[in-house]
Amino acid sequence: MASTATFGGRVSDAFWRKPRLLLALLLVPPVLWLGIVYLGSLFALLAQSFFSIDEFSGLINYDFTLKTYGELFRPSNFDILLRTVAMAGAVTLAAAIVAFPIAYYAARYANGRWKVIFYLGVMLPLWSSYLVKVYSWKLILAKEGILNWLFETLHLSWVLQAYLSVPGIGGYSLSVSWTGTFLVFLYVWLPFMILPVQAALERVPSSMLEASGDLGAQPGQTLRYVILPLALPGIIAGSIFTFSLTLGDYIIPQIVGTSARMIGQAVYQFQGTAGNIPLAAAFAVVPILVMGIYLTIARRMGAFDAL
Amino acid sequence: MHYKASLGLKIAAAAGLLFLHLPIMLIFVYAFTTEDKSYQWPPPGLTLKWFAVTWNRPDVWTALGLSLRVAAISTAVAMVLGTLCAAAVARSRFFGRETVSLLVILPIALPGIITGISLRSAFNLVDIPFSFWTIVLGHATFCIVVVYNNAVARFRRTSGSLVEASLDLGATYFQTLRFVILPNIATALLAGGMLAFALSFDEVIVTTFTAGQQQTLPIWMLEELVRPRQRPVTNVVAMVVVLVTFLPIVGAYYLTRGTETVAGQGK
Amino acid sequence: MASAVKFEATSRFFGDTRAVDDVTLEIEEGEFFAMLGPSGSGKTTCLRLIAGFERPSQGRVHIFGQDATNTPPYRRPVNTVFQDYALFPHLNVQDNVAYGLMIARVPKAERHHAADEALDLVALGGFSKRKPSELSGGQRQRVALARALVNKPKVLLLDEPLGALDLKLREQMQGELKSLQRQLGITFVFVTHDQGEALSMADRVAVFNNGKVQQVDSPLVLYDSPKTPFVADFVGSSNVLPVEMVQRLIGVAKLASLRPENIRLAEDGLVGTVESQAFLGAATRLEVAVDGARISVLLPKGAELPNDGSEVHLAWDADALNLLEATNG
Repeated sequence: MASTATFGGRVSDAFWRKPRLLLALLLVPPVLWLGIVYLGSLFALLAQSFFSIDEFSGLINYDFTLKTYGELFRPSNFDILLRTVAMAGAVTLAAAIVAFPIAYYAARYANGRWKVIFYLGVMLPLWSSYLVKVYSWKLILAKEGILNWLFETLHLSWVLQAYLSVPGIGGYSLSVSWTGTFLVFLYVWLPFMILPVQAALERVPSSMLEASGDLGAQPGQTLRYVILPLALPGIIAGSIFTFSLTLGDYIIPQIVGTSARMIGQAVYQFQGTAGNIPLAAAFAVVPILVMGIYLTIARRMGAFDAL
Repeated sequence: MHYKASLGLKIAAAAGLLFLHLPIMLIFVYAFTTEDKSYQWPPPGLTLKWFAVTWNRPDVWTALGLSLRVAAISTAVAMVLGTLCAAAVARSRFFGRETVSLLVILPIALPGIITGISLRSAFNLVDIPFSFWTIVLGHATFCIVVVYNNAVARFRRTSGSLVEASLDLGATYFQTLRFVILPNIATALLAGGMLAFALSFDEVIVTTFTAGQQQTLPIWMLEELVRPRQRPVTNVVAMVVVLVTFLPIVGAYYLTRGTETVAGQGK
Repeated sequence: MASAVKFEATSRFFGDTRAVDDVTLEIEEGEFFAMLGPSGSGKTTCLRLIAGFERPSQGRVHIFGQDATNTPPYRRPVNTVFQDYALFPHLNVQDNVAYGLMIARVPKAERHHAADEALDLVALGGFSKRKPSELSGGQRQRVALARALVNKPKVLLLDEPLGALDLKLREQMQGELKSLQRQLGITFVFVTHDQGEALSMADRVAVFNNGKVQQVDSPLVLYDSPKTPFVADFVGSSNVLPVEMVQRLIGVAKLASLRPENIRLAEDGLVGTVESQAFLGAATRLEVAVDGARISVLLPKGAELPNDGSEVHLAWDADALNLLEATNG
């Protein structure tokens, strides 16, 4: 038995008599840190979105106003919001489509060594340097880069030219087109979609698929009526990442893409060079709101069980 | 029973994996190219000289040093805070438990730019000058969740009666921590720490808001991406960064192998 | 005999649930004591109150005359064999068994020696260097037993220790536990939901229901003279005759229990109709409807069996009818 005399023994006794004391000691440091450093900052930011900027002096006017939020609805600003949400939606959809076969194969067919290969095959790109990944696409999409070279070598340059001349998605070259931005987003966030989908699919017992086949379903019908519904929470969980990360990114569209801005760039520029912190804060509130709505829906659909 | 995968599925899965890996492999080729003015493909020739050039660049070393120090301190802080939080959440039910897990996840659930600009405006508000410590403050905040996720998964798997068995056999809470809890969660903590380190080492979005004039390695790279000046050096740095981040990932995988399927979930 | 464990009006509430509700109970030194009841009856919480994993919401717990209410588990002369064994996965068998001695700062060579002796006691000599994950369920159970016994506790607590074992192993372990207890003379407190296990092993049994102790008695008394309808039904599935029927039969307005095997078919007696019958091997059980109540009758193999739907007369010896004290469960 433990000696009563030691300090540790006495503190331990106190923990046993008051279990809440132990719990409080465990919780206080992380909650204080996150509460002060993170939530404190977040609220400071939110508060600033209710201030406005004096257009003549450029100084911040600390009176409560919704004027700054009103500015979001100016056409030039509202376009930024629409463009960003549309891009996030497109990236999420594409990621789900590309991720599904990988996740499905890894969950259902990969065994032993292949399981490890698939796992690391997703984890390594996931954890590789974000900037390096973006950089690699700068290399790929460059006018003198590998993609153009490939089209030329195959005598298919006319296809690329025809594609680039499509307004909206095309441009002078891939590296300054929306298609380029879209590809990089898809590439960088794809692993975030694969993992939850795979986790969701791994929870589907194979007996369930056999039951479906046993009841007369064709493989396509099993996919449509059994596998997809069961994978849906995983897809939604993954979409939380792809959607949120695209909404807030300002580096990818800055490096690969057109001059039209996305939310992240607007926030960055308004708080930096323009010095308009209230408007930057108002812009930053948009992704928070969008994600808030998104998370509420996702929670209803059971996406958090797949995390 | 095991069905064979259809050819279409195999091709789609393989194409997806290739899509994930080819771009990174391309970096490895570019690190050896003799071309230094453009991103020309195929490379006109191969050389090793850029490794020597990069080696002799003090700005790269300074940035690397800062990144390593930031990652080390942030990881240490995140490991303490994340483990405490995981222990509290996994071991007991209390009012507000859900809120605490949400609080931990929020810094990565919300876009990095929001964390960044929030911290920056808070630093301005209370007049904290940018420094090494402002970077650490930001990094530790979003690293907590990685350690937390790994630790919470292990705590849940570790039978709660182990702690009771230890108390029953005469060990105080502190002895139980030392002889039972720590040995059982050590690998999960190490894995979480490695991933946190990788996350911090790579982070750029929050850092641009909290770094002031200092350059971490990602910030150095970002400058190069926006205004390319020394393409060959950037190529070499990019390759080295890829190799360096592979180590903790593979290490973390082997540490948690067979215990949790998705150790790196929720980067 | 001195009391090993004493509950004094002890209660444990979890929110609105009264897991243990005003229990007063005395366990004597050196006895093999079983706490029997269905899941959620409070028996396991009682065990955890003795171990110190739970603290009473009201009342007190004494261990060997000392008030242990405010004593943490690591200061109680009590050790536990857990239902899931709770072996430390990072330690080998020897270090698992020696854990308590290590905490008590017994030198390494000495504690390893003691651990090996304890392992010999549970017939696991030579398994010292294995990891718990390399053992079978039955072997893990023995390690858990050795790990508790090596500390020479004054009371050994066993929480459904045989629950995870298969039938054959369980019967073997019942015998071994019993003889181990005789050999060591330690007080064993044993939690189980299996009435057969409790009756065959324990010196005395406490039957729990809804957080309350229904009856504490020796297996024989418990079996023959249950005091409440719950005990009558839970221990050996006695018939509980309704008050009106008992009134009519013997003129006392009380519930009574009647064991199925004590009833025989006779020329006259209580009239009923056979509803169904089931062949059980050594006996056949008849379900007989009598005045809206249903009475089970156990007929030994070889007895003449009536047809379903036929009218029978039930008879029994006068002392087979056991009047219950309580009128409800």
